[in-house]
Amino acid sequence: MTSATDAAASARVTHRVARAGRVLRRAPGPSLAAIYLSFLVLVPLAAVFSNAFTGGPRVLWAEITEKETFAALRLSLLCSLAVVVVNAFAGTAIAWLLVRDRFVLNRAIGAIVDLPFALPTVIAGVTLLSLYGPNSPLHVDLAFSRYAILVALAFVTLPFAVRSVQPVLEELDAETEEAAATLGASPWTVFSRITLPSLMPALLTGAGLGFARAVGEYGSVVILSGNVPFKTEVASVRIFALIGNDDLPGAAATSLALFAIAIVVLSITALVRRHYLPAEDT
Amino acid sequence: MRSEGRLFRSSLRLFGALYVGLLVGLPVGSVVYRALAPGIPSAWRAVTTPAGVHALVLTLEETAVAVALNTVFGVGIALVLARHRFPGASVLEMLVDLPLSISPVVVGLAILLCYSSTEGWLGPWLATHGVHVLFAFPGIVMASAFVSLPYVVREVTPVLVELGDEQEQAASTLGAGPWTVFWRITLPSIRWGLAYGVLLTTARILGEFGAISVVSGDIIGHTQTLTQFVDTDLTNFDPAGAYAGALLLGLISMMVLTALSFSRSKEKRSI
Repeated sequence: MTSATDAAASARVTHRVARAGRVLRRAPGPSLAAIYLSFLVLVPLAAVFSNAFTGGPRVLWAEITEKETFAALRLSLLCSLAVVVVNAFAGTAIAWLLVRDRFVLNRAIGAIVDLPFALPTVIAGVTLLSLYGPNSPLHVDLAFSRYAILVALAFVTLPFAVRSVQPVLEELDAETEEAAATLGASPWTVFSRITLPSLMPALLTGAGLGFARAVGEYGSVVILSGNVPFKTEVASVRIFALIGNDDLPGAAATSLALFAIAIVVLSITALVRRHYLPAEDT
Repeated sequence: MRSEGRLFRSSLRLFGALYVGLLVGLPVGSVVYRALAPGIPSAWRAVTTPAGVHALVLTLEETAVAVALNTVFGVGIALVLARHRFPGASVLEMLVDLPLSISPVVVGLAILLCYSSTEGWLGPWLATHGVHVLFAFPGIVMASAFVSLPYVVREVTPVLVELGDEQEQAASTLGAGPWTVFWRITLPSIRWGLAYGVLLTTARILGEFGAISVVSGDIIGHTQTLTQFVDTDLTNFDPAGAYAGALLLGLISMMVLTALSFSRSKEKRSI
C-alpha cells in the first residue's frame, strides 16, 4: 500500500522534473536568466519585504517612525534633494563648458569629472577627509557636521549630472543659440529659452539617477559624517547600526522606507520628464 | 552685448573650475600627497602587511568570480531581452535595473535575510549541505554580483537591438549551430559594448563596501576586502595605512577608468 503511494509520488516527481527539463530545453535563455535573477535579487529582496511585514503594518509603521530612524530617513531625503538640485545646476554648467567652450582648464575638468564614478566610495570618503577633515590643509574642518554629508553626496553624484546632460548638449545645434544671440537675446535668455528646455529630459534623468544613488549612499558618508544619531546619521548608516544590534525587522522596515522614498522620487522625475519630452504629433 | 557674453563665459569658467577643483581635484591631489609624503618605501610597507596583502588578493578573487558571473549571465539576459518576446519582459528589465536604486546596505541585508545559516530563508538548508554563504567567500561574491548586475546588461542590450538578428539568421540557415552563431557572429559584434560593460562592472565591484560590510563579517586576514582594510585602518587611527591603501585601490580604479575611456572611443568608432 505504502509502496504503491510511494511509487505514484515518485512518478509524479519524475513527471514534474521531466516537464521542468522540457521547459528548460525549449527556452534555456529565459529560464536560466530567471533562475539567476531569482536567487541573486528576487528572493533576497522578498526576504527583506517579508521581514519588514512580520509584525503587521502597524509594527512596520512604528519601526519607521521610531525617532532615530525617522530622523535618519528625513536627513537622507533632504540632503539628497539639496545635492541633486545643486548638482543639476553645476552639472549643466560643467557640461556646457565641456561641449561649447574652449578653455585650457576645461580639458582638466573633463579628465577628472569621471573620477568619483571610478573611485570606490570609501576612497571618496578618505579623499574628502584628507582635505576637509580635522587636519585640513585649507583649515576647513567639515568632519562630523551635516556639511560633510552634502560634500560627500555632491562628490559621488557629480558624474551623473554632467554625463547625462553632455551628450544631449553635443547633439544640440549651436546655430539656434547663435541666431537668438544675434537677434539681441542676452546669454541668460538664450540659455533659459532655447538650451534649457531641450536639456530638461536628460537633466531629470541624471537627477533621478543621482538621487537614487545619494539617498542610499553609505561608504563615503560613513567615513566623513561621524554618524551622530539625530544629527549626522543617514538612513543607510542607521540600517547598518540596526543590523549590528540584531534588530533585523527594524533594519528591514527602514530599508523598505528608504526604497519607497527612492521609488517615489524616481516616479516624480519620470512624470516631470514626460512633460518636457517633445510631443510626437505637433 | 558682447561684453555681457564674455562676462557670462568667464564666470562660468571660474565656477566650473572652482567646483570641480574643490570637490574632486584638490581632495584627490591631497590624498595622493598624503599617501606618498612619508616616502614610497613606507607607503609600500603600509599596504604590504599580511592583512593588506590578504585583502588585495581577496578583492581580486572576488572581483574575478563576480565579473565572470555577471558577464556570462549579463550577456544571456541581454540576449533574452533583445531577441525574445515574452510576457514579463518589462518585469525582467525592471529587475535588472533594481540594484541601481537600492542602497548597498540594503543589498547586504537582503542577502543576510535570505542566506544567513541561522535566520535566513535558504541559509539553514544550505548549511546542512555544508555551504556557508555569510561571513565567507560566496556571500562576498553574491553582494558584488548583486550591486553590479545592471552594467553588462545595460551596455549590451542596446547594441544587440541595434544590430538586429539578420546576420544570425543567415548564419543558422547556412547550417551554423547556435554556439557557432554566438561565437562567430554575435560576440564579435558586441565586443566593445561588452568590454565597456565588463569594465563598469569591475570598477563597481572593486569599490563595493556597504553590501560587503554587512555580509562578510570583516574578519581581518579572512574576509576583509581592500575597501574594508582602508576603513579599518582609518578607524584604528592608522592613517598611513588608510592613505596608502586608498592610493593602491585608486590606482587600480584609474587603470580601469583608462581602459573605460579607451573602449568607449572604440565603441563609438565601431557603430
